[in-house]
Amino acid sequence: MLAMSPTALFVFGVYIGCIVWTCAISFTSSRILPNYEFVGLSQYYRLMATERWIVSVHNMVIYGIAYIGGCLIIGFLLAVFIDQKVRFENTFRTIHLFPYALSFIVTGAVWQWLFNPTMGLERALNELGLPVPGIGMLSNPHTAIYALVIASVWQGAGLVMIIMLSGLRSVDPDIWKATRVEGIPHFQTYLRIILPELHPAVLTSVVMLGIAAVKIYDLVAAMTQGGPGIATEVPAKFVMDHLFGRANVGLATAAATLMLIAVLCLLTPLLYLTYFRTRRQQ
Amino acid sequence: MKPSPHNARGTKPQRLSIARIGIYVFLVVSSAFFILPLYVMVVTSLKPMAEIRLGHLFALPSSPTFEPWLTAWSSACRGLTCDGVSAGFLNSVKITLPAVTASIGLGAINGYALSFWKFRGAEFLFAVLLIGAFMPLQVFIYPLVRISSGVGLFGTLPGVVLLHICFSMPLMTLLFRNFYATIPVDLFKAARVDGAGFWVIFLHVMLPLSVPMIAVAALIQTTGTWNDYILGLIFAGSDNVPMTVLLNNVVNSQFGEKQYNVNMAATILTGLVPLILYFSSGRWFVRGITAGAVKG
Repeated sequence: MLAMSPTALFVFGVYIGCIVWTCAISFTSSRILPNYEFVGLSQYYRLMATERWIVSVHNMVIYGIAYIGGCLIIGFLLAVFIDQKVRFENTFRTIHLFPYALSFIVTGAVWQWLFNPTMGLERALNELGLPVPGIGMLSNPHTAIYALVIASVWQGAGLVMIIMLSGLRSVDPDIWKATRVEGIPHFQTYLRIILPELHPAVLTSVVMLGIAAVKIYDLVAAMTQGGPGIATEVPAKFVMDHLFGRANVGLATAAATLMLIAVLCLLTPLLYLTYFRTRRQQ
Repeated sequence: MKPSPHNARGTKPQRLSIARIGIYVFLVVSSAFFILPLYVMVVTSLKPMAEIRLGHLFALPSSPTFEPWLTAWSSACRGLTCDGVSAGFLNSVKITLPAVTASIGLGAINGYALSFWKFRGAEFLFAVLLIGAFMPLQVFIYPLVRISSGVGLFGTLPGVVLLHICFSMPLMTLLFRNFYATIPVDLFKAARVDGAGFWVIFLHVMLPLSVPMIAVAALIQTTGTWNDYILGLIFAGSDNVPMTVLLNNVVNSQFGEKQYNVNMAATILTGLVPLILYFSSGRWFVRGITAGAVKG
């Protein structure tokens, strides 16, 4: 098929070729320049002994859990509230989804300003008499990662809202009739009956957000550059810094390979579910 | 199913009860939180620095000035160069237009071939594309730097455009494949019976039907390419730096006191193209996101 040849070329040349190449280098003793001396897993052992990598993975896990949790809770609540036949439904949807259209660099630049310790949001809310847990979230190594979480939940919650909303609207209407006949309270219906019905939407959201958490790079580059110190370093930034700034190709490709494995692990349940769904339909 | 008020399946609204008011209060407060950063961006960009230092973050500018916008566009500094983000705007246009056009074309052809023409290896090709869509870019970067410098495309406009096309292929193929799956096969069979070949059917039957999908794809792809950071940072070269990379340099590498008003003006300018596309297209944008996200 001639028409598919550019795609086939990309698929085999770029996707498979580059992945194989990257994995291959991670098993060599390459440093500034690549060489092909096979050294087994020793780059991986070195990686595991590198403090910055451990901190990066740790941050990614904390960020990932808080980001997924925040987006799911806010996105689900928004979807449920918007599904109550409210007026101006489109306006509410538009407002909650617009940050998703923005670049992480734009989001990072805005939130870096909002988290300015002397002129920013925390100070402004404090002056309005609202309780603020502590000014300077972004410059505190213990809390800076949560500033990243807030910025990315602002950007990503709308996506979950949209996914959940289309899930809610495909729930069998008979379920609603049945719960009304049984007199089950409204919020219990949502929590106990509708939420379990939404498991494909929840799974899709968790996988999408989880993969985004593994890949996070732009937002860190724009908002903290990994600081203060190495408090907000993440795996993707570790790879980039070791490829370019620190020129340690072996270590960088080993780290990239581990990122790849993490994404594959997250992707498996989604592909499994989609595959099963299509098989059942046939 | 497309979310719209007509197929909302929540319980029927009671007349204005406390619960109803609660729902609206929640939605309005939440909307305020989501808009707040946009509002702060705009008011900050219209204030002189003195007013920012002394005034309140939420206060409206007492005498709005467009000075920061002019500075951001044409003379904001990144390191030692002071020429604003205007060059980045042009570069982003030069990268986005060809990349979006080509990836939609290829995506449509791929989607069409995968839905109607059974050929060996189709399933495998599609599976690899699907998985490739989710791979972190970091896995590809080192080999791509080597390959692109080997063929002389590293740091050039065609190089970065080609990489954008390459990495948008999965999503575009997916969108068009799902779209063509909804078109009755009989239409295709009828054209085959009439003796039409691969390209004739594509150009005269499928493409005219695909106009709505092309619009959705163009929206999603323009936004995605415009918002890219990593590919532009590494592969564009110093003459073709896209706007996002310039913005990050302006915001994060200033000497002396930070010009927050200029930073915010530059930030709005960089976000303007996606925002205009988003607010003017509304539902189409949502359609693209759901088609890409839920099925992906």
